[in-house]
Amino acid sequence: MIAPSVGLPLPRTDGFDKVTGRAAYVDDLRVPGCLHGATIRSTIPHGRLRRIRRDPAFDWSGFTFVTAADIPGQNVIALITDDQPALVDGIIRHAEEPVCLLAHRDRERLLAGLRAVTLECDPLPAALTIREGLARKAKIYGRDNIFKEIRIRKGEVRTAFRGAHRIVEGTFRTGLQEQLYIETNGMIAIPERGGRMSVLGSLQCPYYVHKALKRLLGVGDDRVRVVQTTTGGGFGGKEEYPSMLAAHCALLARKAGKPVKIVYDRLEDLAATTKRHPSVVRHRTAVSREGRLLGMDIDVLMDGGAYLTLSPVVLSRGAIHAAGPYRCENLAIRARAVATNTPPNGAFRGFGAPQTIFAVEMQLNRIARALRIDPVELRRRNVLRPGDSTATGQVLDAGASGPLVLEEAVRRSGWSVRRASFTKRAPPDPERASKAPRKGTASGRIRRGLGLSLFYHGAGFTGIGEVYLDSHASLAVTRDGSVEIHTASTEIGQGMRTTFAQIVGDELGLPPSMVRLAPQDTSLVPNSGPTVASRTCMIVGKILANAAADLRDALVQWAGDSPRRAPGRRATRGPWNPQQFRRLASAWVRKTGPKVFTRKYDRPPGMKWDEKEYRGDAYGAFGWGVNVAEVEVDAETFEIRVPRVDVVLEIGTVVNPLLAQGQAEGGTLQGVGYALTEEVVRKNGRMANAQLTNYIIPTTADTPEFRTTLLSNAYRHGPFGAKGMGELPLDGPGPAIAAAIENALGVSIVELPITPERLAKAIRARPAHE
Amino acid sequence: MLQPRDLRDALRLLVPRNGAPAPVPFAGGTDLMVHLNAGTLRDRRFLNLWGLRELRGIRLHRGSLEIGALTSWTAIRHSARVRRRAPSLEAAAAEIGAIQIQNRGTIGGNIVNASPAGDSLPALAVLEATLILRSVRETREVPFGGFYTGYRRTVRRPDELLTAVRIPLAPIRGARHWFRKIGTRRAQAISKVVAAGLIRRSRTGCIEVVRFALGSVAPTPVRASRTEATLLHQIPNATVVARATAALQRDISPIDDIRSTREYRRHLAGVLLRRFIEESG
Ligand SMILES: Cc1cc2nc3c(=O)[nH]c(=O)nc-3n(C[C@H](O)[C@H](O)[C@H](O)COP(=O)(O)OP(=O)(O)OC[C@H]3O[C@@H](n4cnc5c(N)ncnc54)[C@H](O)[C@@H]3O)c2cc1C
Repeated sequence: MIAPSVGLPLPRTDGFDKVTGRAAYVDDLRVPGCLHGATIRSTIPHGRLRRIRRDPAFDWSGFTFVTAADIPGQNVIALITDDQPALVDGIIRHAEEPVCLLAHRDRERLLAGLRAVTLECDPLPAALTIREGLARKAKIYGRDNIFKEIRIRKGEVRTAFRGAHRIVEGTFRTGLQEQLYIETNGMIAIPERGGRMSVLGSLQCPYYVHKALKRLLGVGDDRVRVVQTTTGGGFGGKEEYPSMLAAHCALLARKAGKPVKIVYDRLEDLAATTKRHPSVVRHRTAVSREGRLLGMDIDVLMDGGAYLTLSPVVLSRGAIHAAGPYRCENLAIRARAVATNTPPNGAFRGFGAPQTIFAVEMQLNRIARALRIDPVELRRRNVLRPGDSTATGQVLDAGASGPLVLEEAVRRSGWSVRRASFTKRAPPDPERASKAPRKGTASGRIRRGLGLSLFYHGAGFTGIGEVYLDSHASLAVTRDGSVEIHTASTEIGQGMRTTFAQIVGDELGLPPSMVRLAPQDTSLVPNSGPTVASRTCMIVGKILANAAADLRDALVQWAGDSPRRAPGRRATRGPWNPQQFRRLASAWVRKTGPKVFTRKYDRPPGMKWDEKEYRGDAYGAFGWGVNVAEVEVDAETFEIRVPRVDVVLEIGTVVNPLLAQGQAEGGTLQGVGYALTEEVVRKNGRMANAQLTNYIIPTTADTPEFRTTLLSNAYRHGPFGAKGMGELPLDGPGPAIAAAIENALGVSIVELPITPERLAKAIRARPAHE
Repeated sequence: MLQPRDLRDALRLLVPRNGAPAPVPFAGGTDLMVHLNAGTLRDRRFLNLWGLRELRGIRLHRGSLEIGALTSWTAIRHSARVRRRAPSLEAAAAEIGAIQIQNRGTIGGNIVNASPAGDSLPALAVLEATLILRSVRETREVPFGGFYTGYRRTVRRPDELLTAVRIPLAPIRGARHWFRKIGTRRAQAISKVVAAGLIRRSRTGCIEVVRFALGSVAPTPVRASRTEATLLHQIPNATVVARATAALQRDISPIDDIRSTREYRRHLAGVLLRRFIEESG
């Protein structure tokens, strides 16, 4: 028996190869005879494609050229609905939409070829904003440009507003955000001799790509094989987009009869691929004198871009989280995803929740100011406690950790003392011209502020989503007596290779190093579902833990029946040491044939969800969090610094504290960028700042000091009590930083990102706190 | 990429032949590679300057501080000579890019690249540097203030190399130097506004020498001469500062772009001017 590894800060098993440059990413793979592929994209946001003109003077020898006419199956990227084509067929609905494809052996020639193609289009009026989409400035989707509308109702909202002490209103906006994985999207398609198309690339969800390619090529399951290569980050950006890129590579490879590789450069990746949905969220809240939330009326709008992609599910998560982790018996939430003539927005860590949580947290701060209640006290009075029910009527059990994280964060951050010391002053005078120049230290100009956010995030697919997914995962015992994990779950930097090995190892009483991971290859591994929605450790990890228990029991039984029985008595985890296991398992396979233990997702008993009414148990478990952010704002230049963020997260059993802390810090930092600097500038629907020089993510120098505390409130149905945590950290920084800036300057913040330019404008307009 | 043996060879290679355009000088490549990647650079022939030792080094020469065009920001940042005689240039060097860029990027590249946001340019403007341009035919000395003719345009001819930057030291003896960059983040940032100043005051507080220049507020780096005129021979007080701030708004002509707004840049320029006067008082 060896000591359990769950709970230990083991380093990532893939870490060494990655930091030493040994890991091979898709662009590092050498495939003999491979052509380079490239995409010709629309430059207008809406229009009719009249003709694709290839310069007759150009030497086209050696080129492969693909248009929508070359698609053997259906011209769709199969996902939720079939509205998005792989290549434009007639109508261009957004800028950067793929129109046709080129491939050539030589990269320079390929670039020359790109310049020799022109698109002749008749532009149509374009709807570039949510407002224009709603006003049907262009017809993009259905009759009303609404991809999806969701309504959540609870109690009697009208009555609640009638009896209110006060009604507080606010409208809050957030912008686009790029996932900014380090490795850009890249893919290789290899047409195989037997007619199968193999696709290798940087992706999160092998079976999403598999499904899309089958439809596109019009072939069956075994005619498409999808393999994940070492992936340099995803954050949702490689959830649905790789299906598009794989489609393009496969079409070129099919026509050329040769392997084709496309790796986007940063410019193309930024300009053309999915981003976080912009949002406009309007709140009306009825409150009592003591600040109880009597009624909430919330309207959520999200910009889906030109095609539906994952917008309905992003919207759904946004809507469910829109009331925050607060008790309110009367609420009405209306959420709509709107079509616009912009590149489709898609999955991004948090998946709709960072937008609506920003809004509800800022609304709570507004209420606190209106009632002159401390923001912490207001949250204390309203936070969901065990026995309370969420917006969808999900009754929380002892897993409701809101009060726990709140009090822990208040204590650890020294909230009361620090908040009091950053005394509120009058809004600064940006001109100061009339005043005599002071001899100057910076101290008078730097305003400090402290802000807090409280949030929760549901782990796994929403409602009965996990039931529909019907995820399978297997464990195989190899002839050499080691254990192999078979899942389609992908390592994208979050550390699943390591946590899976810890979970399976512990269940079998083996060190994690004895547990291997089979390649994420659809021809080898079962569909364990997409690697998204904070579900991998909690959902797939649990399936694996169950499979491991089956394996252990079967082996113990066989060993018991067999003449060469294992020595020693049966321990809880496994009656063997690693050497004994190896010998025993190897003999088992050699004597009785291959061993594979497959389990599928078991829905926790008692979970109920009504998809039509949006009522019931939206998630198996919630992670809970608080951020306390400190800011320093230069009251004249409006430069903003975040010196410190206290991060308190409750994520169930912490399988690996080192990796969990990495997730907490990385996610929080991504949220700092979302709050302050990350902004997509568009001109006529095209990204104008598609360069890392001008799309501003935080550098190390911009990174706050993180003080991270991980708390555990074990979840009965997670592996060893673990819950999902990948997305949770990104929900909190936006509102915490915004609240800190409100505290520092005495202005009202209603929009992310909070750039110095916006802040300067807000101060000039001088809408001090209401 | 042409590989010259020495400076003379480099100058010879720059002479246009048979109608072919001169190759593009390639120093650290930290600007050129960005344009190449973005597809905004048409040129395909380059002249590698990296091996030309004649173009490196920082020395004192006949009352001037002379910096070779190929000198890296790292070298400038760590030079005691620069720190003593041209601290605003040292400050600019320290804020350019981050370590990798400072190791590769050169002062000559920053100057010839002619971006209005080049961080060293306001410092060089207030130091009244002289630029040494050489071709096979001649060597010219161009005052920094006369080098830029428009957005990303200079008086350099395609067959000329910038070989050195010369900063005359006598006129600025005893002056205080000032530099401030406001970028999009704390490192690896392009300036929204960058400013450098130089000031000397008499014992009574009267301004005897004042120079102030800014970047990212016009198509070229701007020497704020109207502003300087309002400050010269004055003892700074609220009125003087207000007059200078007003003049400054006429010295600059910022625009809205993907990094910032016209309005915010105007505001920042004013703030920086006030800070310059306060902090070097
Ligand atoms: C990530 C990143 C961050 C950056 N951050 C900053 C920053 O903070 N501030 C800033 O100001 N800049 C910044 N830059 C821009 C760049 O690093 C600087 O402008 C640098 O000084 C350019 O020097 P270089 O030697 O690399 O120029 P190169 O790219 O080699 O050349 C630039 C131009 O100058 C010409 N040239 C170079 N040397 C000579 C010469 N001796 N004679 C004639 N022509 C010549 C070239 O032909 C070319 O047109 C950054 C760039 C990057 C990629």
